[in-house]
Amino acid sequence: MTGEQVRWSAEQVLGLAPDAASRKAGIKLSAPGPWSGAARRGDSLWGLCKGSGSKPYMTAVDLADTAVPGYKCSCPSRKFPCKHALGLLLLWAQDSAGTAVVSGPEPPEWAEKWLAGRRQRAEAGAASGAGAPPVDEKAARKRAERRSQRIADGASELERRLGDLVDGGLAGAERLGYAAWNDMAARMVDAQAPGLAARVRELAAIPSSGPGWPSRMLTECALLHLLVRAYPRVDELPDSLAATVRSRVGVPVDSAALIAEHSGAGTLVRDHWLVLAMKDTQEERLTVRRIWLRGRREGRTAMLLSFGAAQRTPELALPPGSEFDADLAIYPGGGQLRATIATHHGPLASSGATPPGTTLAAALAEYGGALAEDPWLSSRPVVLAAVTPIPGERGATDDPVTAGDTGWRLADTEGAAVPLRCSGEKSYWRLAAASGGAPVTVFGEIGADGFRPHTVWSDGEAVEL
Amino acid sequence: MTCAAPTGDADSATDGGTATAEWDELVGAALLGRERRALPGGSGPALLVLAAVRTVRGRAGLTPAAATGAPEPAGADPRPPLPRAAALRLTHLVRYALRSTAARGWNTTGGDLAALAPEWLEIANEQGYRPPPWQIPELLDAARHRTDLRAAVLTFAGPRGLWLAALRPEWRFALRAAPAGTATAASGSGQPGSKGSDGSDGPDGADRAERQRRLWEEGLFAERVGALTALRAADPEAGRELLVSTWSQERAEDRLMFLDALREELYPGDEPFLEAALTDRGRTVRATAAELLSVLPGSALAGRMAVRAGACVALDRTGAYSTDTLVVEPPPECDAAMTRDGVVAKPPQGRGERSWWLTQVVEAASLGRWSAHLGGRTPEEIVALPVADDWRDDLHAAWSRAAVHQRDAAWARALLGPPDAPVAEAADRAATLLSLMPPADRTAWATGFISAKGLTDAYRVLADCPTPWPPPLAKAVMGGFHAALRRGASHPNHYSGVLGLAQQHLDPAVGRALLSVLIPEADRAVEVEAEAAEKARREAAAAAGDASQPAPRRGGGPTRGEQWAAAFRQLADTLELREVMRAELETRPAR
Repeated sequence: MTGEQVRWSAEQVLGLAPDAASRKAGIKLSAPGPWSGAARRGDSLWGLCKGSGSKPYMTAVDLADTAVPGYKCSCPSRKFPCKHALGLLLLWAQDSAGTAVVSGPEPPEWAEKWLAGRRQRAEAGAASGAGAPPVDEKAARKRAERRSQRIADGASELERRLGDLVDGGLAGAERLGYAAWNDMAARMVDAQAPGLAARVRELAAIPSSGPGWPSRMLTECALLHLLVRAYPRVDELPDSLAATVRSRVGVPVDSAALIAEHSGAGTLVRDHWLVLAMKDTQEERLTVRRIWLRGRREGRTAMLLSFGAAQRTPELALPPGSEFDADLAIYPGGGQLRATIATHHGPLASSGATPPGTTLAAALAEYGGALAEDPWLSSRPVVLAAVTPIPGERGATDDPVTAGDTGWRLADTEGAAVPLRCSGEKSYWRLAAASGGAPVTVFGEIGADGFRPHTVWSDGEAVEL
Repeated sequence: MTCAAPTGDADSATDGGTATAEWDELVGAALLGRERRALPGGSGPALLVLAAVRTVRGRAGLTPAAATGAPEPAGADPRPPLPRAAALRLTHLVRYALRSTAARGWNTTGGDLAALAPEWLEIANEQGYRPPPWQIPELLDAARHRTDLRAAVLTFAGPRGLWLAALRPEWRFALRAAPAGTATAASGSGQPGSKGSDGSDGPDGADRAERQRRLWEEGLFAERVGALTALRAADPEAGRELLVSTWSQERAEDRLMFLDALREELYPGDEPFLEAALTDRGRTVRATAAELLSVLPGSALAGRMAVRAGACVALDRTGAYSTDTLVVEPPPECDAAMTRDGVVAKPPQGRGERSWWLTQVVEAASLGRWSAHLGGRTPEEIVALPVADDWRDDLHAAWSRAAVHQRDAAWARALLGPPDAPVAEAADRAATLLSLMPPADRTAWATGFISAKGLTDAYRVLADCPTPWPPPLAKAVMGGFHAALRRGASHPNHYSGVLGLAQQHLDPAVGRALLSVLIPEADRAVEVEAEAAEKARREAAAAAGDASQPAPRRGGGPTRGEQWAAAFRQLADTLELREVMRAELETRPAR
């Protein structure tokens, strides 16, 4: 993980920006003009950036962990990374002549201090992870039991409420209003079942989601009902399904323990992972970042999750179209394909590869098969080869929830088609433009309501939609 | 068929209609509740179990629908893709520089991408690159807002751009504005729904003529102007005939605009139509017709005006002057014939009516007739003649406007005179005359003008000079900045227009060499300012008898020297950015 850092691409750097304004500001600062003493040694990058004040800002970046770079800057910005860090990275990324960012000098004291501190903490963290003191297993088990009991109580309360809702008629749900659902969601949070809370909040939005809402409401109520009924009997279920139920309810899995377990059992999965897509969604004041990967050797698909609280960007940043060699630890409950990175074996590199894909019928069949392991799956990530978008008659609407059918379809070369669902009008047209009416490779999620594209490969380049 | 139905999770291809009916039954019962309906399964919870089973079973058995209505694929774009670095630059341009409607002026932070967009597009088109296809929607949006860049952007967007434009109403403008014969022709069958062809005869040609007529008869005003302009460019006679066919039914303001659309290029065949328009009901229509006739080479109106002008302006024959002198006798009245030829009888306020008539007559008279009238003199010789009784300014101003209307470079050069001549209102008039001259003469004149007079009036003179500025002009402009820096009171914001032009038009290498002198000079000015401030502080302290008195707080904002230093650095940054940008585009793709 140490040694000479491969020069990043500018796209890779821009992928780290927390928002469009930062991206723009970063680009402005990527000219050599405002910088002095910009230099790099090994995995460290630093420089002084002239701001509006008399003292320049001191900016440093630590690239030791390619997926999670560290940033330090003396500017007062609360954005993370700030525009100075982005500007410095861009300066380096675009400096192929090596004139703007000098290579090899000793870091100045302010940078050295921060870098050394950061590496020490990282090593300490790694050490404690590896040789962690044995935890008090008895106390831990007791805590788990207590938690399990609270969830079971919450689940049976929710089960009763859902039964009552149908007994009284779903028509009543329309009059129920957000407050009642919010109370219910809060109860589930108290019961330490955040997964149930999130589903309850989603129910609240359905009655106002336009025509056909009773059908959607019944679907979601039925699936939630299935989940709360499954939880009390989770111990009787097959391992994989039990793990699915726990994760759907919201029981957290300690990723460090998971990595330790897999590496002990020799079940880590090593491959060259191609980054298929990176998508952020806002969920309850939290930015949730999903990164989908595909192993080049084994063709396995995996999803990494990363979270950013408040204004911060999730730390994990892997731009689509890049590739890295790493061990992954796969979470139990295979339907969701969740994984976490255990060990990197090399830096992030950009890849010109277009991944192999499948047909629509095969993709839907795969989704259907995955439901056996996880009946709550609403979609399945899949790479489709040779598919063509067909523009809709009615134009595209921007809201994925209330949107009816836009009429857009995605067709494959076997003459099959599914509804196309993009998160915004721009994405539909970008996909159409990339295709030009000819077949392209697309990555996205296929499910009951159609296909949601995330990435299209155009001219060998991964383009985010 | 499941996927085809928006809500239709639960119906599956295998048991089709029955499954849908079953699901609808479940939804209906759940909606009404136990009191109003016998619930399948007997209770709410039991109904939910049934619904869960139906949902998961339906989802597990999903199959795709049959595809219909795929558009014709886009025509092939044979141009090579942009080099990688240039493609990234394009992303920045599209995101940050092509959005705003107004072209921006001098911007004091960071290299200014917006100012560089036109040059970027020009080079990209010159080199014949195609954009990454996925960026074309944003390019079309940009073309929609930036009419100044529309032609360049659409050329760059190429056949895929037209293919997309045909699919989306917001982009239809691109089909109308398509650069004739380039991308349209290349796209061949690429446009959905049309078998596009660029031939003007055969069934396709007839088709096109029919479409044009329909657009002319039913289109919106802007579309009609577009149709007229396009047809005029392809076939001037047909274009005029199209206009004549509906002329009498058009509203006066539309007649004016259509007439204006002919201005681009006039043909001798247009004369009868324009002559007829001299008696139009609308006053402005009449005036425009007269103006067009006055610039139509050899038109009867220009001839009539030349006769009138000749009667007013002649060489003195009385011998009252020691050298050959022009004497001016303005028209005594504005008769009906003059009015018919577009002379406006009533002068604007503050203007004598006879001089008003004179200038209109001279302006509309064919410039080519003066030489014969004035003893075979060249334009230079005519312009050099003394003019009696203070008529010189009026006469020369009228000739200048005539030179502009008639696009007469020889007269323009004569009227411009040497660039260092101390002529009043020169900059304004010069700029328009300058635009008539060949580029090399233009820059040479501008160089002389700026060397002699500095940058104060330079903006309009420079605006029409071609890119890149040749070294002598670059040197003159930078010399102007240097002089401004050394002169006490001038700030760079007084020169923001010229600075903005410099960042777009300076050759980067030439600019860098010149700036390498200017930047240290500005830094020295900053030092001098600091020393002066320190000296003032010490003197103030001595006067107050307290050497430890703190330096007086400087009023906010950078000093004059600092502003110049920042402006020069900004200019250097932008030039560097431009050089990088050009290098990116000029790398041939490795393939």
